[in-house]
Amino acid sequence: MGKRVGMEVAIAAAEAVALCNIDVAAVYPITPQSHIAEHMADIIHDGRIDAEFITVESEHSAISACAGASAAGARAYTATSSQGLMLMHEILPIVSAMRLPICMANANRAVSGPLNIWNDHTDIMPQRDSGWISLFVENGQEAIDLSIMSFKIAEDPEVMLPCVVNIDGFQLTHMIEPLELPSQAEVAKFLPPRKAFAQLHPDNPISMGCFAMPDTYTETVKAKEVALRAAKKVVTKVFGEWAKRFGRKYSVVETYRAKDADTLMLTMGSMGETAATAVDELRKAGRKVGLVKLRLWRPFPVEEFKAAVQGCKTLIVMDRAISTGGAGGPVATDVKSLLYGDKKKPRVLNVIAGLGGRDLTVGDFVAMFDLAKKKKDETFELYGVRE
Amino acid sequence: MIEIRWHGRGGQGAVTSVEMLALAAIEAGKYAQGFPAFGPERRGAPVMAFNRVSDKPIKIRSGIYQPDVVVVLDPSLVGLVPITDGLKSGGILIVNTSKSAEEIRNKLNYKGKLFTVDATHIAREELGVPIANTTMLGAVLKATGVLSLNSLKSPLEHRFGRVASKNLSAMKRAFSEMKAAKAA
Repeated sequence: MGKRVGMEVAIAAAEAVALCNIDVAAVYPITPQSHIAEHMADIIHDGRIDAEFITVESEHSAISACAGASAAGARAYTATSSQGLMLMHEILPIVSAMRLPICMANANRAVSGPLNIWNDHTDIMPQRDSGWISLFVENGQEAIDLSIMSFKIAEDPEVMLPCVVNIDGFQLTHMIEPLELPSQAEVAKFLPPRKAFAQLHPDNPISMGCFAMPDTYTETVKAKEVALRAAKKVVTKVFGEWAKRFGRKYSVVETYRAKDADTLMLTMGSMGETAATAVDELRKAGRKVGLVKLRLWRPFPVEEFKAAVQGCKTLIVMDRAISTGGAGGPVATDVKSLLYGDKKKPRVLNVIAGLGGRDLTVGDFVAMFDLAKKKKDETFELYGVRE
Repeated sequence: MIEIRWHGRGGQGAVTSVEMLALAAIEAGKYAQGFPAFGPERRGAPVMAFNRVSDKPIKIRSGIYQPDVVVVLDPSLVGLVPITDGLKSGGILIVNTSKSAEEIRNKLNYKGKLFTVDATHIAREELGVPIANTTMLGAVLKATGVLSLNSLKSPLEHRFGRVASKNLSAMKRAFSEMKAAKAA
């Protein structure tokens, strides 16, 4: 095992990727992802790894350069945030349709406007349906571990899909905390070189990402859908292998003090730790409350989620984004529709909070718990709005 | 767990201070966080930075609103920004100032635990610049006992290289020259 060191999480994320034998990084800097971009450039410039850093003029180009590299068989990495991710939007579903296992870090940040550089999940939500595997991390160690695992998941022959690791901007990226980086040798054993299913090569010309007429397009959509759903099994398998080699256990859905809880809170990303501390406080006050954390956002881990909430009376979904003019937060909307057909299901309440960097303290989670418990109807609450 | 809020001005190295303290604590086997008040950097503007140090894993991802310790890097911030806001009863205020503790107390209408040190003066003498961030680390160590002086050696050397020894001397001077104010 590596030594426990103090390090900024963004730097650690870049260091983790440097252990992954990447061939190409095409990264355009944007707050709060910049330290990942800068450090990745340093690592490659200093010759610490044998990879190409492609300096691009935009995020659209960054993901496009990664697509080209990945199609040629390279292991390609990028990282972005907010407006950068929005600029990539056009290319994201093309990458997944071409079954290119590009890995990306997204330092989650609010989308403009008004211009806001702080954390929420409004940047990743518009990419929800792009066919990427989407993972959320709760702390810096998870950012390291999942960054490494993402390559193994994405490149699995059963998957061959791109993967985004969501690392809450500032809340996580700018935090100095104790972290463990595995050794190069350990990662090399865990993550063998990429074996591309098909690759562009001048000696053996093929076409990738072609045109599809109405008589084949639906079939390509089905193929992507089947592949993405099947990826869940591989995610679980890779989590298992990681636990065996590195001792840290992950699940697609995680629970905290949930066993005898009549009320569960549901979070994604860095909200999880603060919410867990709030659960401890509420438990001390005699409330039977627990926590469910979605680590895998796409493909949605339906069975694991349903098993986690089984038996609870009330489920409070904390969303860090809103589907404007829609049914509420994107996570709650999914959860409600997935539970709709079940005979026994919890009452689902939805609190939208922590937008554009609005801080969420332990007290806020307790207050959101109280607010949700008082709700008479099923409409969502936008927490903490100053009217 | 001890929670520390640092007040400084952009460019005075408050973020470096929280980084050094967090790295030293982690190296000493503790759990720690060091983070800036998130946002754009603004040279000269009042800024804040934060530390949490604990013997157990820290499971909080929010800002610090009720600190155990407040550190003021820039003397001109006294009376300008609400530095004692949320400071826990029984908490500690550490101010870099050339003024007397009584003057600070009167200006802030503050009756709690107070430590003062002329860190800018020490920094000028030891480092040749009026940047008191590393100097004030010595004051924090003395007032809180959170870490030993020696624990800062390695992070400071890693960060400052050849000039680390000057920063270490400045830190040690603040450790010994800081004064505890009489109870109000």
